[in-house]
Amino acid sequence: MGAIATITRRSLLIGAAAIAGGVAVGYFYYRKPFPNPLDDDLAEGNVTFNPYVKIAADNTVTVIVPRAEMGQGVTTTLAALVAEELDVALDAIKVEHGPASYAYYNREMLAEGGPFAFFDDGLIAESGRAAFGAASKFLGLQGTGGSASVRDAFDNMRQAGAAARQMLIAAAATRLDVPAGELRTTDATIVHQPSGKSVTYGEVAVDAQTLAPETLQLKEKAHWRLLGKPQMRTDMLAKVTGAPIFGVDVNLPDMLYGTVKMSPRFGAKPTKIDLSAAEKMPGVVKIVQMDTTYGHGFGIIAQNTWAAFKAAEAIAVEWGEPDYPADNAAISKALQDALASADGSALRDDGNVDTAFADVAREKLVEADYEVPYLAHACMEPMNATARLKDGVLDLWSPNQVPTITRQLCAGLAGVGQDNVNVHTTYMGGGFGRRGEVDFSMFATLIAKEADGRPVKVTWTREEDVRHDVYRPAAAGKFRARLGDDGMPVAVDMAIASPSVMASILRRTFPWLWLPGPDKTIVEGSFDQPYTIPDYRVTAIPAAISIPVGFWRSVGNSYNGFFHECFMDELAAAGKLDPVEMRRKLLAAQPAAVKVVEKVAEMAKWGEALPAGKAKGFAFTLSFGSWVGEIVQIADTPAGIRLEKMWIAADVGTALDPGIIEAQLVSGAVYGLSAAMGQEVTFADGMVEQSNFHDYDAMRIFQCPEFEVAILENYHKLGGVGEIGTPPAAPALANAVFALTGKRIRKLPLNKEVSFA
Amino acid sequence: MRLTVNGKAIDIDADPEMPLLWALRDIAGILGPKFGCGIAACGACTVHVGGVPVRSCVLPVGDVEDNVLTIDGLAQDGRLHPVQQAWLEEQVAQCGYCQAGQIMTAVALLDEISDPTDEDIDNAMGGNLCRCGTYPRIRAAIKRAASLKAGA
Repeated sequence: MGAIATITRRSLLIGAAAIAGGVAVGYFYYRKPFPNPLDDDLAEGNVTFNPYVKIAADNTVTVIVPRAEMGQGVTTTLAALVAEELDVALDAIKVEHGPASYAYYNREMLAEGGPFAFFDDGLIAESGRAAFGAASKFLGLQGTGGSASVRDAFDNMRQAGAAARQMLIAAAATRLDVPAGELRTTDATIVHQPSGKSVTYGEVAVDAQTLAPETLQLKEKAHWRLLGKPQMRTDMLAKVTGAPIFGVDVNLPDMLYGTVKMSPRFGAKPTKIDLSAAEKMPGVVKIVQMDTTYGHGFGIIAQNTWAAFKAAEAIAVEWGEPDYPADNAAISKALQDALASADGSALRDDGNVDTAFADVAREKLVEADYEVPYLAHACMEPMNATARLKDGVLDLWSPNQVPTITRQLCAGLAGVGQDNVNVHTTYMGGGFGRRGEVDFSMFATLIAKEADGRPVKVTWTREEDVRHDVYRPAAAGKFRARLGDDGMPVAVDMAIASPSVMASILRRTFPWLWLPGPDKTIVEGSFDQPYTIPDYRVTAIPAAISIPVGFWRSVGNSYNGFFHECFMDELAAAGKLDPVEMRRKLLAAQPAAVKVVEKVAEMAKWGEALPAGKAKGFAFTLSFGSWVGEIVQIADTPAGIRLEKMWIAADVGTALDPGIIEAQLVSGAVYGLSAAMGQEVTFADGMVEQSNFHDYDAMRIFQCPEFEVAILENYHKLGGVGEIGTPPAAPALANAVFALTGKRIRKLPLNKEVSFA
Repeated sequence: MRLTVNGKAIDIDADPEMPLLWALRDIAGILGPKFGCGIAACGACTVHVGGVPVRSCVLPVGDVEDNVLTIDGLAQDGRLHPVQQAWLEEQVAQCGYCQAGQIMTAVALLDEISDPTDEDIDNAMGGNLCRCGTYPRIRAAIKRAASLKAGA
């Protein structure tokens, strides 16, 4: 049993294949789960080996990275997985997103969707992962999210590169009439050193395509050339030269421009419409009424974007009433009512919490209430998409994270079959979960239906973007703990109420589906933390508020990290313990966590005395399979609190590109700090009050602390990277503010109580 | 209207009230400057007019009376501008959407102050928002660009 337990999932898969087919030939070859989508539109002289690799006669190697590049570096790291095994230089390959296809379903994106903690390797958790992963395959869900791209691609794309290489070697052996074992590969060339003969990949690609390998050999980690080392990003040159790579940059012959004006009350319909002024404005081509699962409103088609924006302003319309709490006080009450209802699911229930609190002495009891607001994503590139419906074919140029769902839903709207939809996924000016939605693609499709076959580029105003987001949900939590005689927590009881993200998404994408079981996102970051506390209960309570909510970088972890880790800091203070020392003890069962905590404490010289007017705060969160500790140092200045320095230690299992991982950790932390310092989306009369960066700002360069990052590789499973820096950022800062000022701030944003420089 | 953009004369047939950004993007097909906010709050649309960085999303095209430089015209004879080169070497960009504006502002900063302090960088770059949090690398790249320019 011990030996079996140490076998990795990869070797199990290959082992299974070996039993079934007599040979181990890698994922795509042994399963052939879907047709190779590259077979359909292969250019003359190109050969495709599997859904990830194309080679042209001129030796151009193209790698398909079927995930959304929104800054996180997938077009570099995923390409490097193939390039490593294929023995080509990263700067010599062409990277393409490729078509929407079920062949690119993301197993890992849903694998952690079940109600189990990442460190739980028990049978139920493992079976759950398999079932959720199978659901992703069943749905053919090509998606980018859940910090899952690398985890999903790690085996598939290395195998794709290795298989292609072996096929090329086999063809070269025949061509050169030498034993395959004597051939070496380098820079897309196959060399036979004894004879000095060589051929390029391109020269033998046609011969190679039918020579499916009998066995697959992946490189040992020690022999990696690219992986494990910082690479130059494949998209960097385009991004420093202003190249037209984004959705807003799509430029087609005969193209029209457009925008949208949707009901500022979610789901409300227009009750009174006067389009006459708008329709008469110069440059306006047509105004289209739209009714969708994402809301009701208008699409404006014009000769240029500015004319469309002006016309949108000129539409005179009154909207219906909201069917949700219309202002912040009502939303807060709905959350508190949900908490009081106790109508939830305990996703963690260790020991017996009720008994533990039955006889607790007042002086051993710590209680606290927390609350966070709705948040917008505010991607730098406002939502947009370009669509053309001509001769029964819908072409959609969309900066999106979900190409197959986009194809399916837009095909329905356009009235064409899915086979007649081409989704062209562009680079994205930020995603953060916002572009896992279909609204911008659906609106462009509906508008293109009215454009007589001409393409229409539909760009939202920033105001429309901020007011029609799928928000990070507001949430409220009720917490209590019992301390032991040594000050350590012996019982913790957490109840968290929030609208369900999963239910909200299903309402607007697949309204006929229901959500099986509780939505774990309500408590992720609280119920699944690797602390050992004898009596430990975390209850998720869905609050019925129908304001659209969605995936916002780190999802539930974004607020549970704040709740859980600020409460931990409170417990340390109440128990007169050092917060880092208390965590070390509570995390003792998970050595990877302890090492992260020790590393970040050592980097920040935690415990050393600071000058007056300075303080540090600490937080730890396990999310998306990675273990992250953050410490921030702040200073009291005449202009307000200044963030001086942040230290991050993160265990990601295997660090495939330390340069990109460092960038993502800093990025995630800045995203979390921005929100913690000053962001909130508030409501009045059923409408979002914020509209643009003047009232929904984010951290600026002069507010940004210095960063020092350490990347650890102790845990045996690969973790995600894109979101993990976010959850500990807010609590680290709030805990530092407590250390500096003595104010325990339990409601975000922090600038309601303190001011920042 | 006749504008000189990146050294080339172009005719723009547009309402003079149209912001320069949309005249460049939708009429002239110059797509380097990006639309972020429309109210001069994020800096993604930054271009130079007469060597001065301006927010093209609020500047009426009819008011443009000097040469326009966008990121599309920054590299000369296939050679990256030192600021672009520094951005490449520091691997600054993540999503990249704000970077055209960041780079144009940084170019103007270095034209004015050849060896900027951290405070100079804070003052010059504070109007350029980045949601990916690339600020530490932007700071490093500006300092690298200053030495590249000094060595050139």
